Amino acid sequence: MKQAGERPVLDVSGLPSVAFGRSNTSWLGNVFYMLIEGTMFALLFASYFYLRTRSSSWPPFQSPPYAVYGIANALLFAFSLIPARLAQRVAPSGDRQKIRLALLGLGAFAVANLVLRGFELTSLNCRWYENAYGSILWSLVGLHTGHLITELVETMSLAGVSFTRSMEGTRLADVAINSDYWYFVVVTAFLMDVIVYGTTRFL
Amino acid sequence: MSQQVAVPESTREPILARTWRQPGGFWGWFQNVHHTAIGVRFMVTAFIFFLLGGVLAAIMRWQLATPEHGVIGPDLYNQIFTVHGSTMIFLFAVPMMFQGFGVYLVPLICGTRNIAFPRLNAFSYYVYLVGGLLLWAGLLLRTGADAGWFAYVPLSGPEFTPGKRSDFWAQMITFTEVSALGVAVSIATTILRYRAPGMTLNRMPLILWEKLVISMAVIFAMPAVMVVSYMLLMDRTINTQFFNPAVGGDVLLYQHLFWFFGHPEVYIIFLPGTAIASTVIPVFCRRHIFGYVPIVTSVVATGILGFGVWVHHMFATGLPQMSESFFTAATLMIVIPTAVQFYCWMATIWHGRLQLMLPMLWMFGFFFVFLIGGLSGVMLASVPLNWQVHDTFFVVAHFHYVLIGGALFPMFAGLYFWIPKITGRMMNTLLGKVHFWLFFAGFNITFFTMHFLGLRGMPRRVYTYGPEMHWEGLNLLASSGVLLMATGVIVFIVNFFHSKSRGRLAGPNPWGAGSLEWAVSSPPPAYNFLELPTVNGREPLWDALPNQPVVTGLRDDIPEVLVTNSLDSEPQHRDELPPASIWPFLAAIAVSVAFIWSIFSPWGVAYGAIPVAATLLGWLWPRGHSPSPRVPEEV
Repeated sequence: MKQAGERPVLDVSGLPSVAFGRSNTSWLGNVFYMLIEGTMFALLFASYFYLRTRSSSWPPFQSPPYAVYGIANALLFAFSLIPARLAQRVAPSGDRQKIRLALLGLGAFAVANLVLRGFELTSLNCRWYENAYGSILWSLVGLHTGHLITELVETMSLAGVSFTRSMEGTRLADVAINSDYWYFVVVTAFLMDVIVYGTTRFL
Repeated sequence: MSQQVAVPESTREPILARTWRQPGGFWGWFQNVHHTAIGVRFMVTAFIFFLLGGVLAAIMRWQLATPEHGVIGPDLYNQIFTVHGSTMIFLFAVPMMFQGFGVYLVPLICGTRNIAFPRLNAFSYYVYLVGGLLLWAGLLLRTGADAGWFAYVPLSGPEFTPGKRSDFWAQMITFTEVSALGVAVSIATTILRYRAPGMTLNRMPLILWEKLVISMAVIFAMPAVMVVSYMLLMDRTINTQFFNPAVGGDVLLYQHLFWFFGHPEVYIIFLPGTAIASTVIPVFCRRHIFGYVPIVTSVVATGILGFGVWVHHMFATGLPQMSESFFTAATLMIVIPTAVQFYCWMATIWHGRLQLMLPMLWMFGFFFVFLIGGLSGVMLASVPLNWQVHDTFFVVAHFHYVLIGGALFPMFAGLYFWIPKITGRMMNTLLGKVHFWLFFAGFNITFFTMHFLGLRGMPRRVYTYGPEMHWEGLNLLASSGVLLMATGVIVFIVNFFHSKSRGRLAGPNPWGAGSLEWAVSSPPPAYNFLELPTVNGREPLWDALPNQPVVTGLRDDIPEVLVTNSLDSEPQHRDELPPASIWPFLAAIAVSVAFIWSIFSPWGVAYGAIPVAATLLGWLWPRGHSPSPRVPEEV
């Protein structure tokens, strides 16, 4: 190849150094991780329905989970979409105060979700070691709770960064991507609720 | 963007070298996040595990060489065949063929300066290493996994395998799959975002297509084995009942989940081999590949169909006949895309000017061996024959022809092809030919013989047999082939170390190849490309215009790369990559402690999560300088 000085060039110096949305590399990485974790949820859902075929009654000779905490948590998840969307909207502006407020709001929802999840775990009306039904139910709720804790830690970390001047450039894009991940947590929560509180009543 | 004259490169080189330089010394080794270093580590570590797995295979063949041989007892034999299979699949084949080659080559072939998410990539290496050491520590402490490489329940469950043997196996799975998934995300993102301008999807080198398809297969397949190995672990440690039929569990659930991963895994191992074939063959036939579009279509089809054939591993479990018929048809159908690739390679050779150099010699070995494996696979797709030879040495022969043919022969082709790029020196041709013929002959003596042993009824996984079975002649022949294979591998190792210090200097492009890794010096500099390239065809160096433009405008003083869009590789923005860091290593240690702790106590997950969170925070917390400032138009 010839020396650069002798040939035409493609000058990219005018391109932005941060991208929001789909062209951001972290956005794509986040999508891949959502596919990985979504596949895990899908396989647990499939295992749940597979195990259903191995029992004559469902739940096997026990009561379905008490649904009130689950429904309350689902409502809370639905409302949590508001701070998540707000964080995503204000992130490109770089307004640290607004970003901080949105992230702290989202973090508060995540804490409340986690507290209610604790109550949900006490009212599943089964234990993981009693039978396969209990095992798969606890695994589903446990996997989702793991995601909830991860997302809480990530949100609070970003909120911590928003108190510093480092909340700039690519960190702003991270705030927007964090909201995408929260949507994933909310959607999987709804699907899990349908299985845990819905199918145990009519399947 | 505009056309203008670039600044002289002589002033930029020292700045770029300083920006992209990785730390040296003992602690520097743990901070390195450049893809060439991590890729080589994956390859070297996987090759060491290959040697260790080979030693176990040799011990097994020694034991089986004669009837009622007393080299090892049944318990150790069980551990050895389990650790041999698990090592070869989880610690060698995937880490070498996918992670090793992929991490080293993909950024170079894309024409960029590092892999996407370089810290995740480095983290993936360390967790893989710890997972491998865990499995082998178990074996050396006489608590090696002993329920076979797929650890079927109920054998691997709490009732029939008390102790910690199966737990070591299950957590090794978690380590290696976390690693493969991290690398898959890095490689897929690199391919979709960091390709050089002009490298549109329909110009993308076939190896990138294949790495992309494999990454997607990893992303959708590996979660299955993680889920099922965790179910096994929980059944063993916290008394869940997934596989206990007495309380609504089912052992076949394990098999379904395992093979939903296990069969795509075959293609995760085999497709990198075809990627090497589609890269090497055009170079040594001095022409573009024949049938680019059919090959891409075949690779994508294989990646998808690979998810629809898992039940053919379960034909002997009493499934409904309709299900068996469907999966027989699906299994036969997957032959078609592989055959299309074979025909395209043959056509390339037929219409090219063949140069039978070392990589090409291994390619012909691959054609021969893999073809036999494929044909015995067609036989096994038929349910009656499958039942007849189920769990016999016929199956052992088949999958070694497929896996060694589909992965090991292309691997050696790839190593002879790319080692000059990695070390900067050529391998010795004569020693390479000796290696090939010893290995080729030894392999066929060992494994072709096993077809007949299987047809004569010898089951796999028996530690000995009586003289009345009349299997001793064939077994002795099979065992003798191991000596030839082992000698061949030793010749390769000697050749490598000899060439590394005294081999002929390779220069940037010793084979006259057309992909972008050959545009840089051998070994590549820390920044890969002084001038980021643009691309004008499927073989960028062969198809370059006399004044093919280069990219300028990236900052040299920070580790910046160009991000392009997925379809047309149009420049979109600049992206600053994170510098070297110790945190991925510390995070890997914290994750390892949590995983290993969880084998002994479920609280390991809870308490272990605290250092994991702390190290991840250290990893991601911004420090040093503010991220590069935004220019107005970006918001």
